[in-house]
Amino acid sequence: MRARALPIRRNDVRARGHAGYVAFVVHRVSGIVLALFLPAHFFVLSRALSAPAALDGFLEWTREPAVKFAETLLVLALAAHLAGGVRLLFVEFVGWRAEWQKTALAIAAGVAVACALLFGLSA
Amino acid sequence: MIDATLAVRDESLRAVRYAVWRFVLQRGSAAVLALCVVVHLATMIYAVRHALTAGAIVARMQASVAWPAFYTLFVVAVAIHAPLGLRTIVDEWLGLRGPVVDVLLACAALVLLGGGLYAVASLTA
Amino acid sequence: MTERERAGARGTLPVRIWRGGADGAFQQFDVPRRASQTVLDVVVHVQRHVDPSLAYRYACRVGMCGSCAMTVNGKARWTCRTHVDAVVAGGMLEIAPLSHLPIVRDLVVDMAPFFDKWAAAKGQFTPTATRRDPFAKVAPASPARRAIDATIECIGCGVCYASCDVVGWKPDYLGPAALNRAWTLVNDVRDGAGVTRLRAIATDGGCQCCHTQQSCTRSCPKHLSPTASIAGLKRLVAHAAMKGTL
Repeated sequence: MRARALPIRRNDVRARGHAGYVAFVVHRVSGIVLALFLPAHFFVLSRALSAPAALDGFLEWTREPAVKFAETLLVLALAAHLAGGVRLLFVEFVGWRAEWQKTALAIAAGVAVACALLFGLSA
Repeated sequence: MIDATLAVRDESLRAVRYAVWRFVLQRGSAAVLALCVVVHLATMIYAVRHALTAGAIVARMQASVAWPAFYTLFVVAVAIHAPLGLRTIVDEWLGLRGPVVDVLLACAALVLLGGGLYAVASLTA
Repeated sequence: MTERERAGARGTLPVRIWRGGADGAFQQFDVPRRASQTVLDVVVHVQRHVDPSLAYRYACRVGMCGSCAMTVNGKARWTCRTHVDAVVAGGMLEIAPLSHLPIVRDLVVDMAPFFDKWAAAKGQFTPTATRRDPFAKVAPASPARRAIDATIECIGCGVCYASCDVVGWKPDYLGPAALNRAWTLVNDVRDGAGVTRLRAIATDGGCQCCHTQQSCTRSCPKHLSPTASIAGLKRLVAHAAMKGTL
């Protein structure tokens, strides 16, 4: 199933250090993190029915500062994936405006960080 | 002037439609998730700011049929969106593609769907 | 070097140039550094005065043909339009062939896959009228014609293709240039390819592969935006699929 190796050269980080590319990496990495997290999330929530006492014990554990920090990072991942995704849906289906791209990226980043801070500083 | 090279073979047309429907489902589920995630983020931030206990959250979830309906929609959209996203990553970064990959990801979709619906049922029963 | 050349030199510039095929390596040269020197000047100097076996391409040397596109300090550029002073990094210049295309030798790549994908995307005009028909009337200010005008100036230099990481990750991906050209044609009211072209650009390696990284838009020497064109194609394809006309 692997593509055969072609006699080509590939780009390195010097071709990738711009805003649009960083947005792509954030979107992809946050997507991977969320996809890996979800099964665990569903499992924990399902314990509410099958083992409520264990769920309460688990929720006690989540009050640990390290766990709260990890939760905040998850919220950041979710908010970043959302904001970046909404930007893409806008670009693809509402229309492209080249002069708005940098602004759109800044807004997306701002929204994501704001959500994470709202969550993390309240926890 | 009809050019014979304009004709597209049936099997490649099937492949095109499969590719396009994957794209439409991915973007469609993304739009649904955009709304769901805004609500989810808002409820989580609310819950954390008001220091709601697990029991309090479950009580609120069971108080209205809107919550299980909402989270069911959320789970269905995720079960479509996440495997399609992973398919692209596995193709581009691991170089793995083909029917076996598609079948495995369809299984992942079913696992997410099943796990998610069971979690919703657990919290709202 | 002539006396005049020696007089104009401002020291030397270490330059690493790719030699060989895909399994080759960089070779270092020291080149006299001059005011307003372009990267193409550097390559020409090496081939004419140091190592005649260096293989490279150029033609117009004034930024019109796109033949001299190479990877300079990691980024695809037209070497005739790239001043050394603008790109030298850490006092060093690194010149390599374009990425994502098979290397023939040294700085020369095989452009065939690039143009094959152009053809696969149906990037050629399909006529519907004959010389006996009246001219087509196309309003220059119409949205479709403005969409074409914004991106018709592509000369097929390959810089966008070399800059796109998706091209590197997915060998089947048609790439920004081919899709950009297809966009100009789907907007052309005179063109008759219709749904055939939409199907051609909606394959597994079609417009859906673009992740809006915008490396193409950023690197295009003619300041075109293939990202915008591909976004337009995605819209058309999705609407056609949902209407059942694909």
